[in-house]
Amino acid sequence: MLSFLATLGARSTIFVQEIGRVTVFAAGLSGEIFRRPIRIRRFVDEVFYLGVLSLIIICVCGLAVGAVLGLQGYNTLERFGATDSLGTVVGLSLIRELGPVLTALLTTGRAGSATTAEIGTMVATEQLDGLRMMSINPLHFVVMPKALAMIFVMPLLSALFIVCGIAGGYLVGVHWGVDPGSYITGLESGVTFRDDIAGSFLKALCFGVLVGLIATYRGYTCKPTSQGVSSATTATVVEASVSILIFDYFITALWGV
Amino acid sequence: MSDSENHLRLDRVTMAFGERPVFEELSCSFAAGNISVILGGSGSGKSTILRLIGGLIQPVAGKIFVDGEEITDLRERQLRAVRQKLGMLFQGGALLDSLTVFDNLALPLREHTDLGESAISECVHEHLDAVGLSDVDTLLPNQLSGGMRKRVALARAIIRDPLILLCDEPFSGLDPISTRQVEALLVELNQRSGITIVIVSHHVDSTMRMAGRIMILLPDTVVTGTREELQHHTDPRVKAFLTADRNDPDDLIHAVERRPGAQL
Repeated sequence: MLSFLATLGARSTIFVQEIGRVTVFAAGLSGEIFRRPIRIRRFVDEVFYLGVLSLIIICVCGLAVGAVLGLQGYNTLERFGATDSLGTVVGLSLIRELGPVLTALLTTGRAGSATTAEIGTMVATEQLDGLRMMSINPLHFVVMPKALAMIFVMPLLSALFIVCGIAGGYLVGVHWGVDPGSYITGLESGVTFRDDIAGSFLKALCFGVLVGLIATYRGYTCKPTSQGVSSATTATVVEASVSILIFDYFITALWGV
Repeated sequence: MSDSENHLRLDRVTMAFGERPVFEELSCSFAAGNISVILGGSGSGKSTILRLIGGLIQPVAGKIFVDGEEITDLRERQLRAVRQKLGMLFQGGALLDSLTVFDNLALPLREHTDLGESAISECVHEHLDAVGLSDVDTLLPNQLSGGMRKRVALARAIIRDPLILLCDEPFSGLDPISTRQVEALLVELNQRSGITIVIVSHHVDSTMRMAGRIMILLPDTVVTGTREELQHHTDPRVKAFLTADRNDPDDLIHAVERRPGAQL
């Protein structure tokens, strides 16, 4: 029992220390955002790597999730004779919940892990030390553009996921006999901009901050070995995924999004 | 000692990585405008000395002076100003693998000078020519051999004419001709602009050709002197070190083992 408590105490201490380190890292990173030179070119490159190269996976998954939602929704609504509400059900599910959350999880797996691995490899091969010796701050040159790009692309990818999902639901619903006009009308009447669209955007933005911070922190602080890079990449996927789901609850509970 | 003899100075520096000690109370200095070579066994802390001078790691105890300024307790932002005086060639090159060779060399110029692109291009090509790599500017580092990467990294380290050049194993992975070329470049750089060069190397022949002063890190002490002084040094380990390339490796092991407390 005592050893269990000792282990629990030690783990808790490590956890609190880690939170402190992440906070210091986040503060340092925030300070770099407004420092010159503004690295537009590197930011655009990162938007391409993190965002544009994720388009296919986001579109395919969005379509698949929308199609499943359409099918499940149709089967359920048909029992109550309310298949005309399919557009509302699919739209609200995707916009309020599934769009931001699944996009964040997919982006963590594809772009978050790649970000950690890239920065971690730069640590292991002394590239960040090389920058330091050239009097270039690696936080500003390498990390900040990646974190900002992640925050920037997350809402855009989420929007794309939602659009593809709605299209998937539409295709399945119409295939099973739902009136196309009813699907679109249900969507228009059921979704409000302020509560649903803006809330969805806010959620995706929060997830972007979360994934960007965890992915860059884990890469920046990883041990300079191949095993260190591998552990950091795994930690990014696990920690970011769990954090997304926990934060999703709190954002929903606190802001009603 | 005068300031010029203390261009770089470590004063009773103790270094350890976690529980593992690297060296204790090490004191040494490197004179301005000189080529100094640090020799020593693997794990003796040669590269660590360069990283301490560059402010990349903090010592457990002691003080480090660069060009007369104590850097031991400087914050990262203050260190950036000190590093403007330094150029460093890392053991693996440390080139940014997402940038082409040209962009790697142009990076410090774009970051710290007001030079236009044409002047930068001219400067980059001049330095690539100097290391014998005039036609690789469009390639990525991973398209180069290890030796080529090292020469590109050297070109990057000297492109802003630093006051002090730190070289970690500049000759490893180089063929004999490239080794001579890099040696000549470093000596020419030293003679032309009076740059202080500190080299960490296992390459005894190159060391004997170019070093003004040599420092050998032995397990229990540090031996410093000119080539001539060290060739006539009484400690058999020094002789063993300087003739290791030509001797049976067992002789070197026995020489080091003969001293009480010494270990390889």
